[in-house]
Amino acid sequence: MHLRTVLCTASALAFVAAAANAQTTITIATVNNGDMIRMQGLTDDFTSKHPDIAVEWVTLEENVLRQRVTQDIATGGGQFDVMTIGMYETPIWAKNGWLVPLDDLGEDYDAEDILPAMRAGLSHDGTLYAAPFYGESSMVMYRTDLMEAAGLEMPEAPTWEFIGEAARAMTDKDNEIYGICLRGKAGWGENMAFITTVANSFGARWFDEDWKPQLDTPAWKEAVTFYNDLLADAGPPGASTNGFNENLALFQQGKCGMWIDATVAASFVTNPNDSTVADKVGFALAPDTGKGKRANWLWAWALAVPAGSDATDEAKAFIEWATSKDYLALVAENEGWANVPPGSRTSLYENPEYQKVPFAAMTLQSINAADPSNPTVDPVPYVGIQYVAIPEWAGIGTSAGQEFSAMVAGQQSVDEALEKAQSLVAEEMEAAGY
Amino acid sequence: MATKHSRSAARLMMAPAVILLLGWMLVPLTMTLYFSFKRYLPMRGGDQGWVGFENYVRFVTSTAFWPSVQATLIIVGSVLVITVAFGVLLALLLDQPMWGQGIVRILVIAPFFVMPTVSALVWKNMFMDPVNGLFAHLWKFFGAAPIEWLSQASLTSIVIIVSWQWLPFATLILLTAIQSLDSEQLEAAEMDGAPPLSRFGFIILPHLARAITIVVLIQTIFLLAIFAEIFVTTQGSFGTRTLTYLIYQRVLESQNVGLGSAGGIYAVILANIVAIFLMRIVGKNLDA
Amino acid sequence: MARAVTQKRKMINTALAWTIGLLIFFPILWTILTSFKTEATAIADPPVFLFFDWTLENYSVVQERSNYMQFLWNSIIIAGGSTILGVIIAVPAAWSMAFVPSRRTKDILLWMLSTKMLPAVGVLYPIYLLFIELGLLDTRVGLTVVLMLINLPIIVWMLYTYFREIPGEILEAARMDGAGLREEILYVLTPMAVPGIASTLLLNFILAWNEAFWTLNLTAAKAAPLTAFIASYSSPEGLFYAKLSAASTMAIAPILILGWFSQKQLVRGLTFGAVK
Repeated sequence: MHLRTVLCTASALAFVAAAANAQTTITIATVNNGDMIRMQGLTDDFTSKHPDIAVEWVTLEENVLRQRVTQDIATGGGQFDVMTIGMYETPIWAKNGWLVPLDDLGEDYDAEDILPAMRAGLSHDGTLYAAPFYGESSMVMYRTDLMEAAGLEMPEAPTWEFIGEAARAMTDKDNEIYGICLRGKAGWGENMAFITTVANSFGARWFDEDWKPQLDTPAWKEAVTFYNDLLADAGPPGASTNGFNENLALFQQGKCGMWIDATVAASFVTNPNDSTVADKVGFALAPDTGKGKRANWLWAWALAVPAGSDATDEAKAFIEWATSKDYLALVAENEGWANVPPGSRTSLYENPEYQKVPFAAMTLQSINAADPSNPTVDPVPYVGIQYVAIPEWAGIGTSAGQEFSAMVAGQQSVDEALEKAQSLVAEEMEAAGY
Repeated sequence: MATKHSRSAARLMMAPAVILLLGWMLVPLTMTLYFSFKRYLPMRGGDQGWVGFENYVRFVTSTAFWPSVQATLIIVGSVLVITVAFGVLLALLLDQPMWGQGIVRILVIAPFFVMPTVSALVWKNMFMDPVNGLFAHLWKFFGAAPIEWLSQASLTSIVIIVSWQWLPFATLILLTAIQSLDSEQLEAAEMDGAPPLSRFGFIILPHLARAITIVVLIQTIFLLAIFAEIFVTTQGSFGTRTLTYLIYQRVLESQNVGLGSAGGIYAVILANIVAIFLMRIVGKNLDA
Repeated sequence: MARAVTQKRKMINTALAWTIGLLIFFPILWTILTSFKTEATAIADPPVFLFFDWTLENYSVVQERSNYMQFLWNSIIIAGGSTILGVIIAVPAAWSMAFVPSRRTKDILLWMLSTKMLPAVGVLYPIYLLFIELGLLDTRVGLTVVLMLINLPIIVWMLYTYFREIPGEILEAARMDGAGLREEILYVLTPMAVPGIASTLLLNFILAWNEAFWTLNLTAAKAAPLTAFIASYSSPEGLFYAKLSAASTMAIAPILILGWFSQKQLVRGLTFGAVK
């Protein structure tokens, strides 16, 4: 008894001493995208404001990161205090009680300022569970010089028909100019994100109201045939292995006439340090077919605190810093307004300085045109535009993506790809108990 | 006299290694077996009860199963054939008198030191990329259309990458074996006028048999488990989904731990079939 | 006449061997060269081989982004620790297998090898749960133990084959002189087996250094080795060949240099009993 008291006192003292001297260390898992790497570079600003918090970074490539954080959160490993997750994971994980609600961020944080579409996508039952670091939709980026040379003019809201025509007209394979660069690399966050938006704009949907897979419908066939033909006629070689990064590199080298992809790419392709075509890029809304839905997605990379974290307050302090208005101003000061992480806050788009950035207006317009709770022409039982917000989607999307990737590589026909995708989706859904 | 004493001492000395490995085998295996009979979906609340053999049936009847076994066997088989065949030739060459033998040997074994992730990244981006890769430049230089390696020749690409990594290992072991060959025997055969080909077939190759089986055994163990090379390059697309990769997809992408665990048990079975097959051969050779 | 033929043959051999050697080495050479280029030069068409403005910029960018020394240190500790631990456990086992063989010795040896066939992906989930229970996630100790267990069968096998080559008469002579078991191992056996032990250490150090599944999945920040370092460079945005090459060079350079310096050692012992 006596010994125990002594021990307790000793450890209590040690604890107090430790709290007085030592810092709390938070571990942050993030993607190796340019904006996050910039955030990592600005860590000093955070630690100077919070001298009692030390920050450790785990920066990983997207696929590796996803695997690591999913594994950790599903098992309650508690390895990370802040996780970089997407709009797809947030509501599912929040529903499982794996995330700490972010409804108590400070007054001056101004959560109301977060773009409504982003806030909705990162909430579960009306509570915010992840704060958007940057948000994006997708849009058409095109080479103004090549478009002019082809004798065409890009409308602000093009149709797929026009895109197809323009892509074929711009293609000059002998000089390694490819009319259109599109995602072909298999993965639910790669080719399936893009193909799903095309399908949505052609009036297709993943599931009907009874969760029956719909890949055997004519709308899917029409959409996928269009995509496949377009890449075959006007796409770069190896399109079936090109994802966001590969296409970005191609576009920066001046090899793509058009590129339909994430709005965040706009700041990379217009950055003269990295891009050889920085001053020749125009922007337009993602195409449609006149059926009422445009092919633009909605996505956010957001910061969340896993429920297993033992430094919740410190983690929240970090999130408040990284997704604040001040952070945007800090980046603007260091790197210029064009390099500010876009798509997260209304005030950014109201800032006259930011409005001068060539892609600002088109980005906002694209984000506002996207509605995750009503993504398709026909009604669906799910939420999400370029994904289906169910736990099985990552598996389904990637397996189906591999079939479409093989199709782009010319290893199977559109019909074969759709047939296989349909049966494997049915298989997975059955295994999940639908 | 001391036999009994040393026998028990020997047991004692083997104990740590045996117990550790037994633990390393049994604990995960038991847990995997446990999960394999459960419906276990971490994303849907975790454990949802026992389901008997449902996971096993589902895993085998999945359309992806047999192609994955086939891809596994093709990759392992091709890499073995390539590394052994080229390894023998390279070992024969390196055994010949030449200038700068030491440096050549250093060049040849270098790939063995490169981590699989790095070698996959380098091959994928800097060599096999159809636009900026060196192969594309080379093909264009000769006026041919660049090959889209990772999609049109996906299995070949993986086999090339993996063979490049393992060729040094095979060469080294085979080279040591050749160097131990009695040169008098060879010279005698040469004197007798035996042509090079039959010298190779009747003297060198039999001498190498043991080394070859050991190369095959060790490489098979490592090749059955290759993961990084596929994860980095094709992510299992274009028919490169091996059994290991399929399990990865089930456990980590679909987050279906029960189904993935059943797959893990199948992989253990496949590995053991291969192992028994190999060990018969090696066991015989170890006796000899 | 005969001499001329040998000279000619030697020249042909040399030319052939060097060509093949350089071809095999080329991907590594190209990576190292590219790491000194700018991003634009790295994808130049036609490719530039040697005559470009050499720059160290990529290295400073990589170093700025991630603390290389910490990853390097973790790699050294984990690979080194697991190898040494493995050899300490394996020496007695290999000794008893080699000198006090029983009917089951070979079965035990083959069984040990077969534990390496357990597919890592299949058991990730259980092992991860176990590591959480034991508080071993993201610790060097945890990884060291796992890598030791993974390589233990190979270590035992290699040592066993070296020990078997040591003639039993020497041991008998030592015993006659009154050497006990411990003296026998320490003063007679070990010195004779030094080359074998050295190459075992080397090979397993390389294997542990390059292990990329467990090292990536069981670590976060504190214990992450170079395999995790490279995972943050695998596909950044935009042009990245030069930076990727710099990071790759940094990841493989230590082991490559070690391997080159010790290649004689490594080659001498890398027989797995294939040579009698």
